[in-house]
Amino acid sequence: MTVYYTLFTFLYQTGDAFAFLVLSACGLAIIFGMMGVINLAHGEFIMCGAYVCAASARAGLPLPLAVLAGALAAGAAGMLIERIVIRPLYDRPLDTIVATWGVSMIVTQSTLILLGSTMPGTGTPFGSFAVGPYSYSIYRVVLMGAALATLGLLWLGFTRTRFGVLARATIQVPHIAQALGVNTGLVYSLTFGLGAALAGLAGGLYAPTMTLVPTMGSAFVVEAFVTVVVGGADIFLGTAPAALVLGIIKAALTSWQGQLAGQIGLLVAVIIVIRILPRGISGWILRERA
Amino acid sequence: MRSEVLLNTVGLWSGYGGKPVLQGVDINVREGEIVAVIGRNGVGKSTLMKSLIGLLARDKGSVIFRGEEIDTVPAYKRARLGIGYVPQGRDVFPRLSVMENLLVGESINGQRASRDQIESIFSYFPILKERRNQPAGTMSGGQQQQLAIARVLMGKPALILLDEPSEGIQPNIVQDIARIMVELNKSTGVTIVFVEQNIDMIRAMAQRCYVIDKGRITNEIMPETLEDRDAVRRYLAV
Repeated sequence: MTVYYTLFTFLYQTGDAFAFLVLSACGLAIIFGMMGVINLAHGEFIMCGAYVCAASARAGLPLPLAVLAGALAAGAAGMLIERIVIRPLYDRPLDTIVATWGVSMIVTQSTLILLGSTMPGTGTPFGSFAVGPYSYSIYRVVLMGAALATLGLLWLGFTRTRFGVLARATIQVPHIAQALGVNTGLVYSLTFGLGAALAGLAGGLYAPTMTLVPTMGSAFVVEAFVTVVVGGADIFLGTAPAALVLGIIKAALTSWQGQLAGQIGLLVAVIIVIRILPRGISGWILRERA
Repeated sequence: MRSEVLLNTVGLWSGYGGKPVLQGVDINVREGEIVAVIGRNGVGKSTLMKSLIGLLARDKGSVIFRGEEIDTVPAYKRARLGIGYVPQGRDVFPRLSVMENLLVGESINGQRASRDQIESIFSYFPILKERRNQPAGTMSGGQQQQLAIARVLMGKPALILLDEPSEGIQPNIVQDIARIMVELNKSTGVTIVFVEQNIDMIRAMAQRCYVIDKGRITNEIMPETLEDRDAVRRYLAV
């Protein structure tokens, strides 16, 4: 029986790591993949989602609605920042790195000044369940479901809706989309807003599981970047498989040698992938297919 | 019967990075006409098309559509006035399916194309129906050209701008495309302005031709003029 318990623990940890990687990376992946913008303020959109979620939950909003409020707040902040900071820099991709890094520092420090060094959180709901001698958090399983649901909804959104088709057209040949009547400025604005809202969603979903501090975004950002670099620019062909592979690596190394080994394993994996697949998993798949 | 002027330019100057390519172009296109702009390589034919749709800002002069100056109107709003632009080299969206490429064209008039409208477009271009789920980037040049034309038809434009539709396409497909454009013009009254060097296509489609050289309109001729080899050499030879 112990073999099964160990196997279940491994699956649970892989699923947990997968969910964390998918949810933290998909907003970053959409903004990078669709717009070519490397958004260093990604962590701050996550923090925004977490703070708004925790504040709404403590004000009495049910948790699912509080998570949604966090996502919407981050999305609105994203559209505002796209309009004032990113838009003038579309033909200067390297400068967007510096600009979003600046946004990140301003937001972190302002939050520290205005709201203090921590913010009261909200407890983790649902309690736990036991398999054999070990007990597991039910909420973590909910997070795995949320990660899969997010991927599924994004896929439907980008392939089955009018906005999805126009967004993909805009990404592929922007000036022609424009010449065919597509308001590409609006498409970019909504895409950036969607990426920020997904970051906010990650923040809101993980808010009940962690301490809320102004720099909490950095806990997500490293893993988000690792996932996007390994996956490449395409969220479905890249981010999802990358999150799965990295989730397995992380879970295996963590259960074998502890948390630190898991983190080191991720970084080693990214270095190896950059050496052999410089355009990530999706770049490799698209090239094989072409 | 004299119809209204649909599109005209007045002393249009335009170019890239301060280097003028168009140096005072005047053209007049009436509703329902098929007009060719012909000339050698590098005399400003594509520049003219890009300036008409608004992908390139003018330096001086004006583009006038239905009597209104549209010089400050961005490209996507010009398209929505009813201008369908078919770029040089097709520029289909390579990783969208044929059907998805067509759906983007609906943005020109902002309305869902009806089933009948789509079927009528497929009746002109049956290959597109056959391949409607295939990524556009995997099709041949001629098929992509048909897709680029079908894509603007989805938005029921009043004016179609065709930039060198024959470029890199087999002669029999060139003939097909020319015939279809003439049919469309007859059945829907759509106005067509195209730039071209291919004599067969010019003669099969155009009702009259502007000759462009060094950024200016130097002549206006009838397509029959091009039956004469000397004329061809004068207007088109390199």
